[in-house]
Amino acid sequence: MTRTASPVEPTRDAALVSELAAPAASPAIEAVGLTRTFGRRAALRDLTFQVRSSECLALFGPNGAGKTTLLRVLAGLLRPTRGKARVAGVDLPGGGESRAVVGLISHQTMLYAALTALENVEFSARLYGVPSPAEAARRALERMRLAERADSPVRSLSRGMQQRVSIARAIVHDPRVVLLDEPYTGLDEAGASALSDALLSLRSAGAALVLVTHHLSEGLALATHTAIMRDGQFVQHEARGTVAVEAYRDAYREVVGR
Amino acid sequence: MNVRRPPGTLAAAALIARKDLAIEFRTRSAFLAALTFSLIAIAIFYFAWDATAVGAVDLAPGVLWVIFTFSGLLGLHRSFGVEEADRAIDALLASPVDREAVFLGKAIANLAFVLGVQAVAIPAVALFYNLPLTRVLAPLAGIALLAAIGLVSVGTLFSSMASNTRLAELLLPVLALPFFVPVVLPAAQSTARLLAGRPVAEAMSWLRILIAFDIVFVVACALAFPFTLED
Repeated sequence: MTRTASPVEPTRDAALVSELAAPAASPAIEAVGLTRTFGRRAALRDLTFQVRSSECLALFGPNGAGKTTLLRVLAGLLRPTRGKARVAGVDLPGGGESRAVVGLISHQTMLYAALTALENVEFSARLYGVPSPAEAARRALERMRLAERADSPVRSLSRGMQQRVSIARAIVHDPRVVLLDEPYTGLDEAGASALSDALLSLRSAGAALVLVTHHLSEGLALATHTAIMRDGQFVQHEARGTVAVEAYRDAYREVVGR
Repeated sequence: MNVRRPPGTLAAAALIARKDLAIEFRTRSAFLAALTFSLIAIAIFYFAWDATAVGAVDLAPGVLWVIFTFSGLLGLHRSFGVEEADRAIDALLASPVDREAVFLGKAIANLAFVLGVQAVAIPAVALFYNLPLTRVLAPLAGIALLAAIGLVSVGTLFSSMASNTRLAELLLPVLALPFFVPVVLPAAQSTARLLAGRPVAEAMSWLRILIAFDIVFVVACALAFPFTLED
């Protein structure tokens, strides 16, 4: 594993920029010089990276590093201040065209408590124009091992079950890009296993994943690439390789400085 | 991956409105609160009323529009409150539907809410003040609808703005009430003329003002709405 305490190297940036110019096999996610500020504070600074189909980029970093901001930009919820970001070949903010291929999962469930699990997932399916939305919603809930609670109001479900409904909501339209912000929060073993299975299945079907987590073992289990963020920058970005979790944890502490 | 065709603006707005009304139907919290407020306010106005000093037809329009204005705020506040509870708004905004569809869907649900409150409050006021409701029901319903369109347009916009803040419950009325005035004023004036037994033509100048503000508010609020969603 190679590590650096500085942002991504200029030579690598140049290589990525030239790749962006090439028409062939465009990555699912690409960013060049991506910057996002809130007032004077820069939450993202000059990020340049790519995530291709069937790849999973695990993003680690301390609180306030800019991980969630990056996901919100890629999800179309925030506009980049400078630089370029592209999802499924569409420049952000790209309107409905880019959002249609993205699934967003957060530690907040983003569900309506008064509606049933099925109604929540079906509502999402309809927003994405999924054919036979009720059937698709039932299939997504089955995938998350929640078929028997499909007709229960979300407010009556445990936190872990709500999180699984939220994941079913986010994957009901078979997204090409899945953005995950601490998705394992509140999940029990069965829920975590169902989520990992679903994510692996999406990845093998060609989806690109960006996974933000504080849990190195969960992130590394799914990742094909890893990045460590600090102060809005990638201080390390590399292919996953075969490094053990403990070795990566040591490296993480060294890079983050805690 | 299958090719999806996300719904158009109107279809997406209908989906969002149906979802909001389903939530309100299940919980009934805002509707019952608005109805309770309306009936209590009608009773308070009634028992504070000196019938020898002010005639019923002179007082009733003011009572009606004060009640509609403040009961409407309860529903408008809840409109984005349900989205903020567990950040459901993020999933909605991350979906491929237009921001304008979100505004339209919310406004349609809010309109149904306000009209529902009006459907109970108008007969209640007529009952308390012994108003000749059957004679003016159709034009009064028209005025109520026109005013409700203006109120929910402004209210939906400001509900979205206020929902992101810690003081949403305070901020919504502070922001919205000044903009309600150009809608409530002609509505109350038109209602007064109708209840006084004057012909509808006599209220037309006020109705034109009401329609003009409706058009301005609907267009301006729909255009401004996407900016309220930016961080």
